[in-house]
Amino acid sequence: MFETNRRRLLAGAATLAATSVVGLPARAQGKDKVKAAFVYVGPVGDYGYSFAHDQGRKFLEKELGDKVETSFVENVAEGPDAERVIRQLAQGGNDIVFTTSFGFMNPTLKVAKQFPNVAFDHATGYKTADNMGAYNSRFYQGRAVLGTIAGMMSKAGQGGYIASFPIPEVVMGINAFTLAARAVNPDFVTKVVWVNSWYDPAKEADAAKALLSQGVDVISQHTDSPAPLQAAEEAGVIAFGQAWDMSSFAPKAHMTAIVDHWGPYYVDEVKKLLAGDWKPRDIWWGMQEDILEMAPFNDAMPDDVKAAAQKIVDETKAGTYEVFTGPIKNQAGEEKVADGEKIPDGDLLKMDWYVEGVQS
Amino acid sequence: MMLAAPVIAVVLTLIVGAVLFTLLGHDGFGAVVEIFVKPLFNLYRWQDLLVKAAPLAMIATGLAIGFRANVWNIGAEGQYILGGLAGTGVALATLDMSGSWILPLMLVCGILGGMVWAAVPAILKTTLGVNEILTSLMLNYVAIQLLFYLMRGPWKDPEGFNFPQTAMFSADQTLPMIVPGTLIHLGVPLAAAVALTAFAVMTRTITGFQIKVVGLAPKAAAFGGFGAASTVWIALMAGGGLAGFAGILEASGPFGQMVPQFPTGYGYTAIIVAFLGRLNPLGILAAALVLALTYVGGESAQTTIGLPSAATGVFQAMMLFFLLATDILVRYRVVSGRAAPAPKAAAAKEAEPAKGKAVAA
Amino acid sequence: MNLDLLVAILMTVAGAATPLLIAGLGELVVEKSGVLNLGVEGMMLIGAVTGFAVATSTGIPVLGALAAMGAAAAASMIFAVLVLTLMANQVATGLALTIFGTGVSALIGAPFVGITTPTFGTIFPEALTASPLLRLVFGHSPLVYFGLILTVAVAWFLNRSRAGLILRAVGESDSAAHAIGYPVLKVRYLAILFGGAMAGLAGSYYSLVLTPMWAERLTAGRGWIAIALVVFASWRPGRMLAGAYLFGLVITMELQAKAAGFNMFAPELLAALPYLATIAVLAIISAAKRGGANAPACLGKPFRAAA
Repeated sequence: MFETNRRRLLAGAATLAATSVVGLPARAQGKDKVKAAFVYVGPVGDYGYSFAHDQGRKFLEKELGDKVETSFVENVAEGPDAERVIRQLAQGGNDIVFTTSFGFMNPTLKVAKQFPNVAFDHATGYKTADNMGAYNSRFYQGRAVLGTIAGMMSKAGQGGYIASFPIPEVVMGINAFTLAARAVNPDFVTKVVWVNSWYDPAKEADAAKALLSQGVDVISQHTDSPAPLQAAEEAGVIAFGQAWDMSSFAPKAHMTAIVDHWGPYYVDEVKKLLAGDWKPRDIWWGMQEDILEMAPFNDAMPDDVKAAAQKIVDETKAGTYEVFTGPIKNQAGEEKVADGEKIPDGDLLKMDWYVEGVQS
Repeated sequence: MMLAAPVIAVVLTLIVGAVLFTLLGHDGFGAVVEIFVKPLFNLYRWQDLLVKAAPLAMIATGLAIGFRANVWNIGAEGQYILGGLAGTGVALATLDMSGSWILPLMLVCGILGGMVWAAVPAILKTTLGVNEILTSLMLNYVAIQLLFYLMRGPWKDPEGFNFPQTAMFSADQTLPMIVPGTLIHLGVPLAAAVALTAFAVMTRTITGFQIKVVGLAPKAAAFGGFGAASTVWIALMAGGGLAGFAGILEASGPFGQMVPQFPTGYGYTAIIVAFLGRLNPLGILAAALVLALTYVGGESAQTTIGLPSAATGVFQAMMLFFLLATDILVRYRVVSGRAAPAPKAAAAKEAEPAKGKAVAA
Repeated sequence: MNLDLLVAILMTVAGAATPLLIAGLGELVVEKSGVLNLGVEGMMLIGAVTGFAVATSTGIPVLGALAAMGAAAAASMIFAVLVLTLMANQVATGLALTIFGTGVSALIGAPFVGITTPTFGTIFPEALTASPLLRLVFGHSPLVYFGLILTVAVAWFLNRSRAGLILRAVGESDSAAHAIGYPVLKVRYLAILFGGAMAGLAGSYYSLVLTPMWAERLTAGRGWIAIALVVFASWRPGRMLAGAYLFGLVITMELQAKAAGFNMFAPELLAALPYLATIAVLAIISAAKRGGANAPACLGKPFRAAA
């Protein structure tokens, strides 16, 4: 049955970009109040990925007031521990449970089968069920904005990229960053350093220093700690925040940040439950739906750069800009995507190759 | 007093925990009730407790055998991983096959995987005299990297969207549920059976006697013909084998696949369980449930009263601190008995498990 | 390779090595006295959060570092009372201390997430750090120099001073030391206290110098590496210095190689290398020195005063 789900996702993604409805409505009547629970993989104090989800939870509380009651469990290990927590939340009278990390996918699916009357939503995965939706954010749209800024502001024409693990989402981000940077500076090169960890401040800082000593003057990251920003601040180069506005850590270096703004999606889901028309969806939202935002641009950014960055944001929102539009060459210089073609979502979601200009 | 120490430790933890968390601005009393009391009155939570306690009890039983013989294997985490990996290797090789022989083969390979990993400190200890605390600890990190490598590279699910994890195991590779409609899988009764068997072995057989004697009085053991080397091997094979067994039971049971997040510190937590259970397999069964309670209850407390997850760790640490502190009560009686005639005092001293002794070098 | 790059690499090496060196030297003294404290990671976290909290509250990083030493030393006393006075098992108590430190630091640190702190500057005047070579000598954080001085001091203490001789005697044979009249427990208490203070200082190096911030589990397992390095160094301060800098060099060169576009190793193999090397060193020195490996003979054993 996983097979069908995968195919369904691929087929759905190929034909219909954002929203594909899966399965049948599980619950018809509306509610006066919804109990929503969140499961986080890290501590809410990580100031990164889990922190951003928790800000989404707070946004939900603020928007819907006494129509919603929320709770969360943090530091949940992916695997049987997650399954236990999710089940406990389902038994605890929650109407909807949001499981916010990829590794929660199979545990969520198991519990969802046992609790047909509870709604489940899993972030960044690819499996769904009759009462389990999937949601994800087009983080790469933000990477394109960062790449544009990097391409315009880098004098060296070299950006450093501190990456965690080579999973499709990270690969996609590196490619989007590089494509956007090369659109404004065709000679731009992205130097990637894998630190093999989502969170290791000391190693992330050292990786930034290694990149800086190799001559890059822009630091970008796909790891969770603000340490690379601090290293950039110290070296007097520019950098970008991850998951949240991290300008407090590096007021000079922090040009902007990709802000994971999950709140609107959470509000949307809970509103649907309140109205009684919740259905599991498989959505991949982005800037258009306001779940991805850019942090305020740094005043130190030149006006033309601000304008170019804002243009990417505006055109992405308008649907007229898509960074993964051909011609795109791979690292060997072979054309992978023809002029004017777009990479289908299904291919993006399992991306494992790098575009020209990525040095990894 | 054997029973009193753990009970006193738990009670002290509850009292000090309640006070401490109140001082830190949380609902201290509520925290204690949510973590330690409420889950006990919920049948679903009991299922969670049993499932969570099973691997802890199994690993701790193996470790306790070693600890009793003064062999300090703190590499159970790595042995657990290797057990899981060895069984997963079988599973991936037989993914397209069916048959009732597959699961038993996975379990056997899991046990062997743990044993192979534990054999490294055993060989180094018996041939070169290398401290097994340090080698077994180092191997934990090596095991994690081996896991990462296999997940990222050779064992990655070809249809898994390039995420680093294996394919899901087939039905023939997954542990059956013992009680239909619950979460109680085969690993739960197996863990209990292992602990009971270990109890019988330790109290009723020559091997059990050898282990105890070597631990308590190495010179007497040598005199009686029990080799130190064979004891080291028995201790590490028991610890490694059971940790490996727990590993493959978790992989083929609750996980149903192998993932990079497979190790969650069971190997270290089991050390706490072993001590909380006073190195006695029956005590370990109880201790594993108490530890499981701190996890399961800690999660409840997060949702009901917003207690941070870090509080769970503080409760666990306090419980162990108090247990180790109250241990002196048990020993104190022995020490005070020294006034008694010499032979009795000596015997009493020897009879007390030499818990603190770690053989260096 | 140009000079700037070389200097940048060496500066990073010193930065990565220093906390491991300081925490490792503390643990080395503890182990030399015959006690194995596996709570280094927990004490480092307590030091990191306390240092950060005090530095942000007072605005004075030095006070933060001192408070970090004090708080971690206090935590080490829990361990000391349990294993020395109450003769509890050292492995279990050390593990409990790490679990305790991880939890407590997260609780204390909750209000300090998401802010940054005043950090240590360099101690030498700006003019002295103008050229790359001068920067290599004068451009480090004060703690880097402290680490070097500490190495010499610990080496001198252990090998040349009378107190150091007593400490080693206690670690080699507590009953003999006791019979001669040395205060075994007092020596071990002081050693553990020193180890705690150094772990705390090393922890504050992360939260005040290397990555001036607080987040849960900031030290990301460095305490365990420090313990491994003590063994790798076969309990010698000079080798501890070499080991810590070698470790820093391996980490830095790996990152440099990646930044330069070389990805020749499986990263997992490289990550496992320090631990494999430690096992190899242990095996080699044990083989060379049958049975001893230079490990203090009483390491991990409780001491009962009445003989």
